[in-house]
Amino acid sequence: MSKQNVTRRQFLNYTLTGVGGFMAAGMIMPMVRFAIDPVLKAEASGDFVATKMKVSELTGEPVRVDYSFDQKDGWYETSQTNTAWVYKTDDGKIVALSPICKHLGCTVAWNTDKENPNQFFCPCHYGRYTKDGVNVKGTPPIAPLDLYATKEKDGILYLGQLIPQ
Amino acid sequence: MINKIYDWVDERLDITPLWRDIADHEVPEHVNPAHHFSAFVYCFGGLTFFITVIQILSGMFLTMYYVPDIVNAWESVYYLQNEVAFGQIVRGMHHWGASLVIVMMFLHTLRVFFQGAYKKPRELNWMVGVLIFFIMLALGLTGYLLPWDMKALFATKVTLTIMESVPLIGPALKTLVAGDPTIVGAQTLTRFFAVHVFFLPAALLGLIAAHFLMIRKQGISGPL
Repeated sequence: MSKQNVTRRQFLNYTLTGVGGFMAAGMIMPMVRFAIDPVLKAEASGDFVATKMKVSELTGEPVRVDYSFDQKDGWYETSQTNTAWVYKTDDGKIVALSPICKHLGCTVAWNTDKENPNQFFCPCHYGRYTKDGVNVKGTPPIAPLDLYATKEKDGILYLGQLIPQ
Repeated sequence: MINKIYDWVDERLDITPLWRDIADHEVPEHVNPAHHFSAFVYCFGGLTFFITVIQILSGMFLTMYYVPDIVNAWESVYYLQNEVAFGQIVRGMHHWGASLVIVMMFLHTLRVFFQGAYKKPRELNWMVGVLIFFIMLALGLTGYLLPWDMKALFATKVTLTIMESVPLIGPALKTLVAGDPTIVGAQTLTRFFAVHVFFLPAALLGLIAAHFLMIRKQGISGPL
């Protein structure tokens, strides 16, 4: 005990702070991890879902394709129906567009605006997109429509994850 | 009778100084509408608090019937409004009070701003007030989803889209608030309910306490 670097008071302060901090962390850590779990959960893998659409029936004209899949929302499992607008390009590539407007999330449809034929049209705020899903300048949407990943199996069209264009 | 009970408690606990400290002080002449009618502008802060108390009470009673679950939320709100005695009144208090509290708080903010009452030494109280403003807006936002009708759902979808557009942390922030990266559903509703009913009111009460402590400590700003 030649050099007293730490006084008895300091020692008690350090140990109490340390133990107290440890106990507080032990209390708070589980709660924080509990709260942020949705952020850290691995995102659902891009499972492809079969539609009822035969690839051979697709043409250059976009058609509405509805497909159902099981959605897990927390403790609820429900069957959901999503929609895609699908067509074949001239070089045979399949294009499947999400109908969710990139402005505020309404539902767009093909060729429903008489004044602007052959475009995707959103009735909520008159947003428009060209056939390849690119938003028309001067209308509300700020980005092109999302694209579905597509796959063909046994002549049937499969749709996967949404990819922003 | 009440006096006797009070005396009995006071004799043992000496509670008189406690409430005197809180309640027994004069209202300065320049903030008393009885002296100058224009002093009614000083009432907005108190009115904000008054409506906040109504919100807390009516909200407590609403949770006796409300269920934060996607299948039952709307039905439970429908039931409490249409089948329970005075349901329309109690839900109405909470519904209209939510808007009114924003109005009163805004008027209070305007008064403090235009009278320059936020200036030194009261800057900290202004900052706490701004935090209270944000908490109130968050309460309005989270409460809006709870009836789980179309308006609530799509208003929340729009808000979540706005949150998602925050640079860098946007998608994570949206998932944290909604409880799911893509779905606005069961977990969103329970989250909003928990935040609306426990987290935000707790923060609000703490901030209001700080707001009041500071105004008592510093006193109300002088006449213009």
